[in-house]
Amino acid sequence: MANEVILLDFWPSMFGMRTRIALREKGVEFEYREEDLRNKSPLLLQMNPIHKKIPVLIHNGKPVNESIIQVQYIDEVWSHKNPILPSDPYQRAQARFWADFIDKKLYDAQRKVWATKGGEQEAGKKDFIEILKTLESELGDKPYFGGDDFGYVDIALIGFYTWFPAYEKFANFSIESEVPKLIAWVKKCLQRESVAKSLPDPEKVTEFVSELRKKFVPE
Amino acid sequence: MTEKEESVKLLGFWASPFSRRVEMALKLKGVPYEYLEEDLPNKTPLLLELNPLHKKVPVLVHNDKILLESHLILEYIDQIWKKNPILPQDPYEKAMARFWAKFIDEQILTLGFRSLVKAEKGREVAIEETREMLMFLEKEVTGKDFFGGKTIGFLDMIAGSMIPFCLARLWEGMGIDMIPGEKFPELNRWIKTLEEVEAVRGCIPPRDKQIERMTKIAETIRSA
Repeated sequence: MANEVILLDFWPSMFGMRTRIALREKGVEFEYREEDLRNKSPLLLQMNPIHKKIPVLIHNGKPVNESIIQVQYIDEVWSHKNPILPSDPYQRAQARFWADFIDKKLYDAQRKVWATKGGEQEAGKKDFIEILKTLESELGDKPYFGGDDFGYVDIALIGFYTWFPAYEKFANFSIESEVPKLIAWVKKCLQRESVAKSLPDPEKVTEFVSELRKKFVPE
Repeated sequence: MTEKEESVKLLGFWASPFSRRVEMALKLKGVPYEYLEEDLPNKTPLLLELNPLHKKVPVLVHNDKILLESHLILEYIDQIWKKNPILPQDPYEKAMARFWAKFIDEQILTLGFRSLVKAEKGREVAIEETREMLMFLEKEVTGKDFFGGKTIGFLDMIAGSMIPFCLARLWEGMGIDMIPGEKFPELNRWIKTLEEVEAVRGCIPPRDKQIERMTKIAETIRSA
Protein backbone atom coordinates (compact mmCIF):
# COMPACT_ATOMS: atom_id res chain seq x y z
CA MET A 1 0.00 0.00 0.00
CA ALA A 2 1.37 3.40 -0.91
CA ASN A 3 2.15 5.46 2.13
CA GLU A 4 1.69 9.10 1.24
CA VAL A 5 2.50 11.43 4.10
CA ILE A 6 2.21 15.19 3.84
CA LEU A 7 2.89 17.60 6.68
CA LEU A 8 1.43 21.11 6.50
CA ASP A 9 3.58 23.12 8.84
CA PHE A 10 5.15 26.47 9.71
CA TRP A 11 8.87 26.43 10.38
CA PRO A 12 9.02 28.16 13.83
CA SER A 13 6.09 26.19 15.25
CA MET A 14 7.13 24.20 18.32
CA PHE A 15 4.08 22.04 17.64
CA GLY A 16 5.08 21.27 14.07
CA MET A 17 8.53 20.34 15.35
CA ARG A 18 6.99 17.52 17.39
CA THR A 19 5.45 15.88 14.35
CA ARG A 20 8.62 16.33 12.28
CA ILE A 21 10.65 14.62 14.99
CA ALA A 22 8.18 11.75 15.37
CA LEU A 23 8.13 11.07 11.62
CA ARG A 24 11.93 11.10 11.48
CA GLU A 25 12.23 8.85 14.53
CA LYS A 26 10.22 6.29 12.60
CA GLY A 27 12.06 6.83 9.33
CA VAL A 28 8.85 7.84 7.55
CA GLU A 29 9.24 9.57 4.20
CA PHE A 30 7.12 12.68 4.15
CA GLU A 31 6.51 15.79 2.11
CA TYR A 32 6.96 18.97 4.13
CA ARG A 33 4.83 21.88 2.97
CA GLU A 34 5.42 25.33 4.40
CA GLU A 35 2.22 27.28 5.09
CA ASP A 36 1.98 31.05 4.96
CA LEU A 37 -0.27 31.61 7.96
CA ARG A 38 -1.43 34.99 6.62
CA ASN A 39 -2.52 33.22 3.46
CA LYS A 40 -3.58 29.70 4.37
CA SER A 41 -3.73 27.14 1.58
CA PRO A 42 -7.07 25.67 0.45
CA LEU A 43 -5.68 22.28 1.49
CA LEU A 44 -5.09 23.45 5.06
CA LEU A 45 -8.58 24.92 5.31
CA GLN A 46 -10.06 21.75 3.89
CA MET A 47 -8.10 19.37 6.13
CA ASN A 48 -8.51 21.36 9.35
CA PRO A 49 -11.80 23.24 8.94
CA ILE A 50 -12.45 23.61 12.66
CA HIS A 51 -9.18 25.11 13.86
CA LYS A 52 -7.50 26.08 10.56
CA LYS A 53 -4.14 25.51 12.25
CA ILE A 54 -0.87 23.77 11.56
CA PRO A 55 0.53 21.23 11.87
CA VAL A 56 -1.75 19.03 9.80
CA LEU A 57 -0.64 15.50 9.08
CA ILE A 58 -2.20 14.02 5.96
CA HIS A 59 -1.76 10.26 5.69
CA ASN A 60 -3.04 8.71 2.47
CA GLY A 61 -5.40 11.66 2.07
CA LYS A 62 -6.81 11.55 5.61
CA PRO A 63 -6.02 14.40 8.02
CA VAL A 64 -4.86 14.05 11.61
CA ASN A 65 -4.89 17.32 13.57
CA GLU A 66 -3.25 18.44 16.84
CA SER A 67 0.46 17.72 17.27
CA ILE A 68 0.08 15.60 20.37
CA ILE A 69 -2.53 13.42 18.64
CA GLN A 70 -0.31 13.20 15.57
CA VAL A 71 2.66 11.93 17.58
CA GLN A 72 0.53 9.18 19.13
CA TYR A 73 -0.89 8.29 15.74
CA ILE A 74 2.58 8.06 14.21
CA ASP A 75 3.70 5.83 17.09
CA GLU A 76 0.73 3.50 16.58
CA VAL A 77 0.90 3.27 12.78
CA TRP A 78 4.67 2.87 12.49
CA SER A 79 5.02 0.68 15.52
CA HIS A 80 7.92 -1.41 14.24
CA LYS A 81 10.76 0.85 15.35
CA ASN A 82 11.77 3.42 17.96
CA PRO A 83 8.70 3.30 20.20
CA ILE A 84 7.74 6.78 21.33
CA LEU A 85 5.29 5.89 24.09
CA PRO A 86 5.89 3.20 26.73
CA SER A 87 3.91 -0.01 26.36
CA ASP A 88 2.98 -0.18 30.05
CA PRO A 89 -0.45 1.49 30.53
CA TYR A 90 0.57 3.34 33.70
CA GLN A 91 3.83 4.66 32.29
CA ARG A 92 1.95 5.62 29.17
CA ALA A 93 -0.59 7.56 31.23
CA GLN A 94 2.24 9.35 33.01
CA ALA A 95 3.98 10.31 29.77
CA ARG A 96 0.71 11.61 28.36
CA PHE A 97 0.05 13.53 31.58
CA TRP A 98 3.31 15.46 31.23
CA ALA A 99 2.75 16.22 27.56
CA ASP A 100 -0.71 17.46 28.51
CA PHE A 101 0.84 19.59 31.28
CA ILE A 102 3.21 21.15 28.74
CA ASP A 103 0.31 21.94 26.42
CA LYS A 104 -1.90 23.38 29.13
CA LYS A 105 0.66 25.38 31.08
CA LEU A 106 3.86 26.05 29.16
CA TYR A 107 2.39 27.49 25.98
CA ASP A 108 0.35 30.21 27.69
CA ALA A 109 3.18 31.14 30.04
CA GLN A 110 5.79 31.43 27.28
CA ARG A 111 3.47 33.54 25.22
CA LYS A 112 3.32 36.16 27.97
CA VAL A 113 7.12 36.22 28.05
CA TRP A 114 7.55 37.39 24.45
CA ALA A 115 4.22 39.01 23.64
CA THR A 116 3.78 41.33 26.62
CA LYS A 117 5.75 43.77 28.73
CA GLY A 118 5.80 45.30 32.17
CA GLY A 119 3.92 43.62 34.99
CA GLU A 120 2.20 41.11 32.74
CA GLN A 121 5.53 40.00 31.33
CA GLU A 122 7.08 39.72 34.79
CA ALA A 123 4.21 37.54 35.95
CA GLY A 124 4.49 35.43 32.81
CA LYS A 125 8.22 35.04 33.29
CA LYS A 126 7.72 33.90 36.87
CA ASP A 127 5.13 31.30 35.79
CA PHE A 128 7.31 30.18 32.91
CA ILE A 129 10.34 29.59 35.15
CA GLU A 130 8.22 27.73 37.68
CA ILE A 131 6.83 25.44 34.99
CA LEU A 132 10.33 24.74 33.65
CA LYS A 133 11.47 23.95 37.20
CA THR A 134 8.57 21.52 37.62
CA LEU A 135 9.60 19.81 34.40
CA GLU A 136 13.24 19.76 35.46
CA SER A 137 12.25 18.13 38.72
CA GLU A 138 10.20 15.54 36.82
CA LEU A 139 13.24 14.79 34.64
CA GLY A 140 15.33 14.26 37.77
CA ASP A 141 18.52 12.35 37.11
CA LYS A 142 17.14 10.41 34.18
CA PRO A 143 18.72 10.87 30.75
CA TYR A 144 15.29 11.47 29.22
CA PHE A 145 11.83 12.08 30.65
CA GLY A 146 10.80 8.49 29.98
CA GLY A 147 14.01 7.04 31.38
CA ASP A 148 16.83 5.64 29.27
CA ASP A 149 15.12 6.19 25.95
CA PHE A 150 14.12 9.33 24.08
CA GLY A 151 10.35 9.47 23.89
CA TYR A 152 7.02 11.22 24.02
CA VAL A 153 7.61 13.90 26.65
CA ASP A 154 11.02 14.76 25.20
CA ILE A 155 9.36 15.21 21.82
CA ALA A 156 6.59 17.35 23.33
CA LEU A 157 9.04 19.71 25.00
CA ILE A 158 12.20 20.00 22.91
CA GLY A 159 10.82 22.38 20.25
CA PHE A 160 10.27 25.12 22.83
CA TYR A 161 14.07 25.27 23.21
CA THR A 162 14.39 27.05 19.85
CA TRP A 163 12.38 29.91 21.36
CA PHE A 164 14.55 30.16 24.52
CA PRO A 165 16.95 32.82 23.20
CA ALA A 166 13.92 34.92 22.23
CA TYR A 167 12.42 34.61 25.71
CA GLU A 168 15.77 35.49 27.29
CA LYS A 169 16.18 38.51 25.04
CA PHE A 170 12.74 40.02 25.57
CA ALA A 171 12.33 39.25 29.25
CA ASN A 172 15.96 39.72 30.19
CA PHE A 173 16.90 36.56 32.03
CA SER A 174 18.98 33.39 31.65
CA ILE A 175 17.10 30.13 31.35
CA GLU A 176 20.22 28.01 31.83
CA SER A 177 20.88 29.61 35.21
CA GLU A 178 17.34 28.73 36.31
CA VAL A 179 17.18 25.16 34.98
CA PRO A 180 20.71 23.91 34.19
CA LYS A 181 19.71 20.24 34.23
CA LEU A 182 17.01 20.90 31.67
CA ILE A 183 19.54 22.60 29.40
CA ALA A 184 21.81 19.57 29.74
CA TRP A 185 18.86 17.44 28.61
CA VAL A 186 18.34 19.79 25.65
CA LYS A 187 21.94 19.33 24.55
CA LYS A 188 21.55 15.58 24.70
CA CYS A 189 18.37 15.69 22.59
CA LEU A 190 20.04 17.91 19.99
CA GLN A 191 22.55 15.14 19.32
CA ARG A 192 19.73 13.01 18.01
CA GLU A 193 19.42 13.16 14.23
CA SER A 194 15.63 13.36 14.20
CA VAL A 195 15.79 16.40 16.49
CA ALA A 196 18.71 18.14 14.80
CA LYS A 197 16.98 17.86 11.42
CA SER A 198 13.61 19.05 12.72
CA LEU A 199 14.54 22.13 14.72
CA PRO A 200 15.16 25.51 13.11
CA ASP A 201 18.11 27.74 14.02
CA PRO A 202 17.18 29.51 17.28
CA GLU A 203 18.72 32.73 15.90
CA LYS A 204 16.26 32.68 13.02
CA VAL A 205 13.44 32.02 15.48
CA THR A 206 14.53 35.02 17.55
CA GLU A 207 14.40 37.23 14.43
CA PHE A 208 10.93 35.90 13.70
CA VAL A 209 9.70 36.47 17.26
CA SER A 210 11.24 39.92 17.21
CA GLU A 211 9.07 40.87 14.23
CA LEU A 212 6.03 39.24 15.77
CA ARG A 213 6.54 41.02 19.09
CA LYS A 214 6.22 44.40 17.37
CA LYS A 215 2.58 43.58 16.64
CA PHE A 216 1.81 42.97 20.30
CA VAL A 217 4.18 45.38 22.00
CA PRO A 218 4.45 48.58 19.94
CA GLU A 219 7.75 50.25 20.77
CA MET B 1 -2.28 -9.77 41.35
CA THR B 2 -5.58 -11.55 41.80
CA GLU B 3 -8.98 -9.88 41.55
CA LYS B 4 -9.31 -9.97 45.32
CA GLU B 5 -6.22 -7.82 45.79
CA GLU B 6 -7.26 -5.16 43.26
CA SER B 7 -8.08 -1.84 44.79
CA VAL B 8 -9.75 0.91 42.79
CA LYS B 9 -10.67 4.25 44.31
CA LEU B 10 -12.17 7.23 42.53
CA LEU B 11 -12.10 10.75 43.94
CA GLY B 12 -14.92 12.62 42.26
CA PHE B 13 -17.58 15.28 42.52
CA TRP B 14 -21.26 14.78 41.73
CA ALA B 15 -21.48 17.78 39.38
CA SER B 16 -18.20 17.25 37.57
CA PRO B 17 -18.57 15.88 34.03
CA PHE B 18 -14.92 14.90 34.27
CA SER B 19 -15.44 12.50 37.16
CA ARG B 20 -18.88 11.30 35.97
CA ARG B 21 -17.41 10.01 32.71
CA VAL B 22 -14.86 7.94 34.63
CA GLU B 23 -17.69 6.38 36.63
CA MET B 24 -19.43 5.48 33.37
CA ALA B 25 -16.37 3.61 32.18
CA LEU B 26 -15.86 1.75 35.46
CA LYS B 27 -19.53 0.75 35.53
CA LEU B 28 -19.55 -0.32 31.88
CA LYS B 29 -16.61 -2.59 32.51
CA GLY B 30 -17.98 -3.94 35.77
CA VAL B 31 -14.99 -2.73 37.78
CA PRO B 32 -15.69 -2.62 41.52
CA TYR B 33 -14.51 0.67 42.97
CA GLU B 34 -14.72 2.79 46.07
CA TYR B 35 -16.09 6.26 45.41
CA LEU B 36 -14.92 9.19 47.49
CA GLU B 37 -16.98 12.35 47.07
CA GLU B 38 -15.08 15.60 47.33
CA ASP B 39 -16.99 18.39 48.99
CA LEU B 40 -15.83 21.06 46.54
CA PRO B 41 -14.65 23.75 46.94
CA ASN B 42 -13.33 22.28 50.22
CA LYS B 43 -10.64 20.00 48.91
CA THR B 44 -9.63 17.09 51.09
CA PRO B 45 -6.00 16.59 52.14
CA LEU B 46 -6.15 13.35 50.18
CA LEU B 47 -6.99 15.14 46.93
CA LEU B 48 -4.22 17.68 47.47
CA GLU B 49 -1.78 14.87 48.18
CA LEU B 50 -2.74 12.80 45.15
CA ASN B 51 -2.98 15.70 42.69
CA PRO B 52 -0.69 18.42 44.00
CA LEU B 53 -0.10 19.97 40.58
CA HIS B 54 -3.68 20.54 39.45
CA LYS B 55 -5.64 19.87 42.67
CA LYS B 56 -8.60 18.58 40.64
CA VAL B 57 -10.94 15.65 40.37
CA PRO B 58 -11.15 13.03 39.07
CA VAL B 59 -8.30 11.05 40.55
CA LEU B 60 -8.23 7.31 40.03
CA VAL B 61 -6.13 5.25 42.40
CA HIS B 62 -5.51 1.75 41.08
CA ASN B 63 -3.59 -0.25 43.68
CA ASP B 64 -0.63 2.07 44.24
CA LYS B 65 -0.95 3.96 40.96
CA ILE B 66 -2.36 7.46 40.73
CA LEU B 67 -4.08 8.43 37.50
CA LEU B 68 -5.06 12.01 36.62
CA GLU B 69 -6.90 13.78 33.76
CA SER B 70 -10.21 12.22 32.71
CA HIS B 71 -9.19 11.40 29.10
CA LEU B 72 -6.04 9.67 30.31
CA ILE B 73 -7.94 7.83 33.03
CA LEU B 74 -10.46 6.54 30.48
CA GLU B 75 -7.70 5.27 28.21
CA TYR B 76 -5.94 3.65 31.15
CA ILE B 77 -9.14 1.93 32.26
CA ASP B 78 -9.64 0.64 28.72
CA GLN B 79 -6.14 -0.82 28.65
CA ILE B 80 -6.39 -2.55 32.04
CA TRP B 81 -9.98 -3.86 31.95
CA LYS B 82 -10.59 -5.38 28.56
CA LYS B 83 -14.34 -6.04 28.82
CA ASN B 84 -16.51 -3.70 26.70
CA PRO B 85 -13.70 -1.80 24.95
CA ILE B 86 -14.34 1.93 24.64
CA LEU B 87 -11.59 3.02 22.28
CA PRO B 88 -11.35 1.99 18.62
CA GLN B 89 -8.49 -0.30 17.65
CA ASP B 90 -7.73 1.40 14.36
CA PRO B 91 -5.11 4.15 14.85
CA TYR B 92 -6.97 6.62 12.62
CA GLU B 93 -10.30 6.05 14.37
CA LYS B 94 -8.51 6.43 17.69
CA ALA B 95 -6.90 9.71 16.58
CA MET B 96 -10.32 10.99 15.54
CA ALA B 97 -11.86 10.01 18.88
CA ARG B 98 -9.08 11.85 20.72
CA PHE B 99 -9.51 14.88 18.46
CA TRP B 100 -13.25 15.12 19.11
CA ALA B 101 -12.75 14.55 22.83
CA LYS B 102 -10.39 17.52 22.97
CA PHE B 103 -12.82 19.57 20.86
CA ILE B 104 -15.64 18.90 23.32
CA ASP B 105 -13.68 19.73 26.46
CA GLU B 106 -12.08 22.80 24.89
CA GLN B 107 -14.13 24.44 22.12
CA ILE B 108 -17.59 23.30 23.16
CA LEU B 109 -16.98 23.91 26.85
CA THR B 110 -15.55 27.39 26.27
CA LEU B 111 -18.19 28.54 23.81
CA GLY B 112 -21.09 26.78 25.46
CA PHE B 113 -20.26 27.97 28.93
CA ARG B 114 -17.95 30.91 29.59
CA SER B 115 -18.41 32.69 26.24
CA LEU B 116 -22.15 32.16 26.34
CA VAL B 117 -22.46 33.48 29.86
CA LYS B 118 -20.31 36.54 29.16
CA ALA B 119 -21.97 37.03 25.76
CA GLU B 120 -19.57 39.80 24.85
CA LYS B 121 -21.01 40.03 21.35
CA GLY B 122 -24.54 39.46 22.50
CA ARG B 123 -26.52 36.38 23.41
CA GLU B 124 -27.68 35.50 19.91
CA VAL B 125 -24.14 35.51 18.53
CA ALA B 126 -22.93 33.34 21.41
CA ILE B 127 -25.73 30.84 20.75
CA GLU B 128 -24.95 30.81 17.03
CA GLU B 129 -21.25 30.20 17.66
CA THR B 130 -21.99 27.35 20.05
CA ARG B 131 -24.46 25.76 17.63
CA GLU B 132 -21.90 26.03 14.81
CA MET B 133 -19.51 23.88 16.83
CA LEU B 134 -22.24 21.46 17.88
CA MET B 135 -23.08 20.96 14.21
CA PHE B 136 -19.72 19.22 13.80
CA LEU B 137 -20.81 16.71 16.42
CA GLU B 138 -24.20 16.36 14.79
CA LYS B 139 -22.44 15.29 11.59
CA GLU B 140 -20.09 13.01 13.48
CA VAL B 141 -22.89 10.98 15.08
CA THR B 142 -25.09 10.80 11.96
CA GLY B 143 -25.82 7.25 10.90
CA LYS B 144 -24.39 5.77 14.10
CA ASP B 145 -26.06 4.62 17.31
CA PHE B 146 -23.17 6.03 19.31
CA PHE B 147 -20.08 8.10 18.49
CA GLY B 148 -18.30 4.82 19.09
CA GLY B 149 -20.42 3.02 16.50
CA LYS B 150 -22.71 0.22 17.59
CA THR B 151 -21.68 0.36 21.22
CA ILE B 152 -21.00 3.16 23.67
CA GLY B 153 -17.43 4.39 23.66
CA PHE B 154 -14.90 6.89 24.96
CA LEU B 155 -16.31 9.80 22.98
CA ASP B 156 -19.90 9.07 24.07
CA MET B 157 -18.83 9.22 27.70
CA ILE B 158 -16.97 12.49 27.21
CA ALA B 159 -19.71 14.11 25.11
CA GLY B 160 -22.49 12.71 27.28
CA SER B 161 -21.06 13.83 30.60
CA MET B 162 -20.30 17.28 29.18
CA ILE B 163 -23.22 18.15 26.94
CA PRO B 164 -26.62 16.71 27.92
CA PHE B 165 -25.71 16.10 31.57
CA CYS B 166 -23.85 19.33 32.29
CA LEU B 167 -23.93 22.18 29.74
CA ALA B 168 -27.55 21.50 28.76
CA ARG B 169 -28.54 22.16 32.36
CA LEU B 170 -26.89 25.57 32.17
CA TRP B 171 -28.71 26.27 28.91
CA GLU B 172 -31.99 25.23 30.47
CA GLY B 173 -31.37 27.53 33.41
CA MET B 174 -30.72 30.37 30.94
CA GLY B 175 -33.89 29.57 29.00
CA ILE B 176 -31.94 28.58 25.88
CA ASP B 177 -32.95 25.70 23.60
CA MET B 178 -29.42 25.15 22.32
CA ILE B 179 -29.96 21.90 20.44
CA PRO B 180 -33.53 21.99 19.12
CA GLY B 181 -34.79 18.77 17.59
CA GLU B 182 -35.37 20.21 14.14
CA LYS B 183 -31.77 21.50 13.85
CA PHE B 184 -30.09 18.60 15.68
CA PRO B 185 -32.13 15.44 15.10
CA GLU B 186 -29.10 13.14 15.38
CA LEU B 187 -27.72 14.59 18.62
CA ASN B 188 -31.16 14.42 20.19
CA ARG B 189 -31.56 10.79 19.10
CA TRP B 190 -28.11 10.04 20.51
CA ILE B 191 -28.98 11.59 23.87
CA LYS B 192 -32.06 9.38 24.15
CA THR B 193 -30.03 6.28 23.24
CA LEU B 194 -27.37 7.23 25.76
CA GLU B 195 -29.85 7.66 28.59
CA GLU B 196 -30.95 4.06 28.09
CA VAL B 197 -27.48 2.65 28.72
CA GLU B 198 -27.32 1.18 32.21
CA ALA B 199 -23.76 2.27 32.86
CA VAL B 200 -24.76 5.84 32.04
CA ARG B 201 -28.02 6.03 33.95
CA GLY B 202 -26.34 5.87 37.34
CA CYS B 203 -23.93 8.64 36.38
CA ILE B 204 -26.30 11.46 35.54
CA PRO B 205 -26.23 14.32 38.06
CA PRO B 206 -29.71 15.15 39.43
CA ARG B 207 -31.25 17.62 37.00
CA ASP B 208 -32.62 20.35 39.24
CA LYS B 209 -29.61 20.35 41.52
CA GLN B 210 -27.33 20.64 38.47
CA ILE B 211 -29.38 23.45 36.93
CA GLU B 212 -29.16 25.33 40.22
CA ARG B 213 -25.43 24.84 40.44
CA MET B 214 -24.66 25.78 36.83
CA THR B 215 -26.82 28.89 37.15
CA LYS B 216 -24.94 29.92 40.29
CA ILE B 217 -21.59 29.48 38.56
CA ALA B 218 -22.87 31.53 35.61
CA GLU B 219 -23.73 34.34 38.01
CA THR B 220 -20.20 34.29 39.40
CA ILE B 221 -18.74 34.48 35.90
CA ARG B 222 -21.05 37.31 34.89
CA SER B 223 -20.27 39.43 37.91
CA ALA B 224 -16.51 38.81 37.76
